[in-house]
Amino acid sequence: MPKAPASVEFRSVSKRYGLVTAVDDVTFTIEPGTLVTLLGPSGCGKTTTLRLIAGLEMASEGQILIGGADVTRLSAADRDVSMVFQSYALFPHMSVIENVAYGPTVQGVPKARAREMAAEKIAVVGLSGLENRSPSELSGGQQQRVAVARALVLEPQVLLFDEPLSNLDAKLRRRVREDIRALQQQLNLTVAYVTHDQEEALAVSDRIIVMSNARIAQAGTPRDLYEQPADLFVADFIGDANILDGVLEEERGERGLIRLGPVALDLARRGARSGPVKLAVRPDAMAITAQPNGRASVEGVVEHSSYLGRSLEYRISSPLGELFVVDNGRAAVHPPGARIHVGFSEGGIVVLPG
Amino acid sequence: MTAITDVAGRPTRPRAAGEGSGRKRRSGAEGVRSGPVLLVAWIAYAILPWYWLDLSGSAHPLAGYPVGPGGSALALGVTGRAWWLLPLLVPLAIATAGWRSADPQRRNGLLVLGGALGLLATLKQGFLIGLKGWSFAWLAALMGGPGPTQVGFGLGAGVLLYAFLLLVCQGLAGRGWCRGDAFVVGAVGTVVALILLFVFFPVSTILASAFQDNAGHLALGEFAAKITDQSVWGLDCVTGQLRCGVAWNTVFLGLIVGVATTALGLAFALIATRTRFRFKGALRLLSILPIITPPFVIGLALILMFGRSGAVTALLSEWFGVPRSRWIYGLPGIFIAQVLAFTPIAYMVLVGVVQGISPSLEEASQTLRASRWTTFRTLTLPLIRPGLANAFLLGFVESLADFGNPLVLGGNYEVLSTKIFFAVVGAATDQGRAAVLSIVLLGFTLLAFWAQQMWVGKKVYVTVAGKGDAGLPAPLPRRVAWACYATAVPWALFTAVIYILILVGGFVRSLGRDYTLTLDHYVAGFRIEQGLGGWVFSGGAWDSFFATVEVAAMAAPLTAAIGLLTGYLLTRQRFAGLRAFEFSTLLSFAIPGTVIGVSYILAFNVPPFELTGTALILVICFVFRNMPVGVRSAVATLSQIDKSLDEASLTLGARSWTTIRLVVAPLLRPAIMASLVYSFVRAMTAVSAVIFLVSAQYNMATTYIVGRVEAGEFGIAIAYSSVLIVVMLVAIVGIEALVGKRKLGRRETAASPAVAVGG
Ligand SMILES: Nc1ncnc2c1ncn2[C@@H]1O[C@H](COP(=O)(O)OP(=O)(O)OP(=O)(O)O)[C@@H](O)[C@H]1O
Ligand SMILES: [Mg+2]
Repeated sequence: MPKAPASVEFRSVSKRYGLVTAVDDVTFTIEPGTLVTLLGPSGCGKTTTLRLIAGLEMASEGQILIGGADVTRLSAADRDVSMVFQSYALFPHMSVIENVAYGPTVQGVPKARAREMAAEKIAVVGLSGLENRSPSELSGGQQQRVAVARALVLEPQVLLFDEPLSNLDAKLRRRVREDIRALQQQLNLTVAYVTHDQEEALAVSDRIIVMSNARIAQAGTPRDLYEQPADLFVADFIGDANILDGVLEEERGERGLIRLGPVALDLARRGARSGPVKLAVRPDAMAITAQPNGRASVEGVVEHSSYLGRSLEYRISSPLGELFVVDNGRAAVHPPGARIHVGFSEGGIVVLPG
Repeated sequence: MTAITDVAGRPTRPRAAGEGSGRKRRSGAEGVRSGPVLLVAWIAYAILPWYWLDLSGSAHPLAGYPVGPGGSALALGVTGRAWWLLPLLVPLAIATAGWRSADPQRRNGLLVLGGALGLLATLKQGFLIGLKGWSFAWLAALMGGPGPTQVGFGLGAGVLLYAFLLLVCQGLAGRGWCRGDAFVVGAVGTVVALILLFVFFPVSTILASAFQDNAGHLALGEFAAKITDQSVWGLDCVTGQLRCGVAWNTVFLGLIVGVATTALGLAFALIATRTRFRFKGALRLLSILPIITPPFVIGLALILMFGRSGAVTALLSEWFGVPRSRWIYGLPGIFIAQVLAFTPIAYMVLVGVVQGISPSLEEASQTLRASRWTTFRTLTLPLIRPGLANAFLLGFVESLADFGNPLVLGGNYEVLSTKIFFAVVGAATDQGRAAVLSIVLLGFTLLAFWAQQMWVGKKVYVTVAGKGDAGLPAPLPRRVAWACYATAVPWALFTAVIYILILVGGFVRSLGRDYTLTLDHYVAGFRIEQGLGGWVFSGGAWDSFFATVEVAAMAAPLTAAIGLLTGYLLTRQRFAGLRAFEFSTLLSFAIPGTVIGVSYILAFNVPPFELTGTALILVICFVFRNMPVGVRSAVATLSQIDKSLDEASLTLGARSWTTIRLVVAPLLRPAIMASLVYSFVRAMTAVSAVIFLVSAQYNMATTYIVGRVEAGEFGIAIAYSSVLIVVMLVAIVGIEALVGKRKLGRRETAASPAVAVGG
């Protein structure tokens, strides 16, 4: 029988705690079988949104639908949603298998069957053989996987992750996030995933919802967000950007001629009209050379440079303002004080609408 | 990862394609099941005996059923014997209509309406029609005639009231209250209703009766006269030889006791934490003693030492010719007894505060070249100042609430608690006067309690560091250390002498007069004889002993359950009015036992809640007086347990009750044991409230002992006291050994020691 992942839909949902509005008039849809990331700075309302889906918080206003059914007033126990908590929240007085079998057990599944279901999921997350350990006898990564197995065991319509990787070291994080993505695709699950790490979000998501100040700043595929940021906040939050002032001199259909100091660029206009515009310039869209390099370059002085192994980061003062440049090439290292030229390529520059 | 495809291809539970709701097929309307509650409500109304049954009477209680004294509300209503019970059919019908309604909105609305109307109607008829007809003069005037009569609520009424309450809660849960969790709303409703009934209702009865004359008429003038009376507020002792008002006496005593206990407690706390004192184990005893010592026992021991024929008095008069006198009766005696009794409480508060000061702060100060004394003066003292204020207020409130010591030692020095007692049981019974005095006492304690909550309650644990703090606490400056030893050691020795006296006093014929060893006192109290039909407990103390154990054993699990449930609600749930809820649960802590006792007899002596003379009222009294202990230890433990554990359980489809059973309760086990023991022990040692509530059938150990003291039978009193102390010591030490050191997983679960107010 085919498994039916469910969609999640928010219709103008708000959540207020007294005077604090944690989620403000948010509307979005998570399509069935996709992994959607909620991304944003600390305190922007990601966790609250996730808890609203789970039923751990009740919406102050608006409607929440799961699989097309209105669940706004349903308690957490009545929603077909499981959650992996940041702290994993493994029951310390139960063994691994008891933890994973907890869901089916409280649903009234006979004990033997519940353990069987649990053992299957423990195998899925690759922890067979550790069934009888207690959670305190597991490493952080193993605990994380137990938490995933416990959330999976009921094959929920929707699976939620709240910063599941924040307790893991950098290497493990990369591996576990790939595992979660693989699991999601193979089991065809609807997943909502909270993180504040933009790289993690770009790596695992089908779509990303960027939140800022309790509202949605922009929603879209990772590529959309990086290449077509809706505003200054998104441009800066996803993959850093130098925000520069330019002038749109000539509208050429969808595109426009934009002057950035001495540099002239031909860019997608994105609805901007003639006059001053803001540009987002990715740090790796600039190249540093000792000599002027074609028409699209400005002079500058290196203020500061950091050697990061795979790349070099520069802070450069230029007539356009201070520039943050990442040089991925293995070119010469320019010391602070060196006079250099910064070349622009049209690839990594976007006009910010509005 | 073949395993994944494998599992994915073979779903563990069949699920129809496109079926929306998956594993949990309940929709909102079915999530809450009010059918059973409604059924119970109908049974309570139509079948159960509505009124309180007098089981001691000679007639069969169910004679004439379904009418007669044991009749059901429906039968009594239909036959016209209690026609006023018929309107209750309306709310029942409304709720039933709600239950049958398919539309969730309408359904929940009707449940709330029906339940609330039912509660109102049931209570209204209960309060309007009493034992002697209409309960209010204006009503009698309006309706004419004495009106119909009825006795107090019984099983049927109680069950119906609770069912109505649950219906309201279920309706509210259906409307999304408390995240739509019917159990949580029901639990909040239950606890709130119980607190309203057993704390607020009696206290407001006191207020009401203070404004009435003894015939039940409103009498504001009389109230004004009573509350401003010279005997309450008089200041004659300042100007002349006359005595001061009882209010000033009480406050003065409270102030000096507060100061003294705080100073002594601080000395003990500093010795325990900041010196290499060798007998620290003995200090551990300090934290147990006040819990297991009935409050008046110290006073009793003082009489046996310093009374006219006391042991020390006798020595002094024989060796040094000091004349025998009654100086111990009055302010000095009460003061000494209370300081001895309440110093351990100050110690327990202060030892936590002193330990909480992070050593690295003091080390930082010393690396800045401050001397030990400067560090102590400028850093340590200011940091513990909130703790000192807290200890002082606790000592003050304890002194105000203490009843046992002033009763046995008071002499001519009157304090509010004893004055209230004599206004109720004395020759000149004056309930209005008792009520007025209760209000004054309650005013003082609430003021102190409020100050403690607002002013210091939150600042006490400021420097407890989250990270493990290496570093050694600074040793005390020498002069402070000497001052500590000089105050603490004599008192410790004195306390030790007192307890030794209590333990050996029962084995001599008469302390101070005749030191012949004897078992007479124990035999008189605890004789067991072999009679015809087996063993007979013929000692005079057995009845009260068994009654005490029985009542305490009934009260303990209830106290623990309600206390822990409340603690769980406070830490784990958010709902409108949470702060007010929290405050009201702590309030019963601040109400002196004497006031509770008076208010219980005023409130529960008449229908509709007629409970006096039963064991039930003793149990209820203990439950609500000791509940804060359970609340505290649950809050302390639960705030150390990650909240996401409960939430994980909820998202796995467990309802709150299942979550409590499978996840919360196992982690709370130490707190559960602690509150069981403390409520048991406190039920055995309480005297102030129960002395009003005991009956011939249910006499308690403490009131029995007080009776012996009043009759001058000190030997048996002291023998009985030491039996109580030993029994409780064994219980506490045994339980602590069983569960005290348990650790769960990696998390620390420490049940905080209980500091309880009132005697
Ligand atoms: N129980 C609460 N009471 C009051 N305010 C709250 C409560 N829970 C969250 N908030 C507030 O709501 C806002 C959003 O909180 P939320 O936990 O959703 O942030 P977040 O995006 O998950 O942040 P982080 O990345 O730091 O976890 C914050 O300003 C927070 O202070
Ligand atoms: Mg968060």
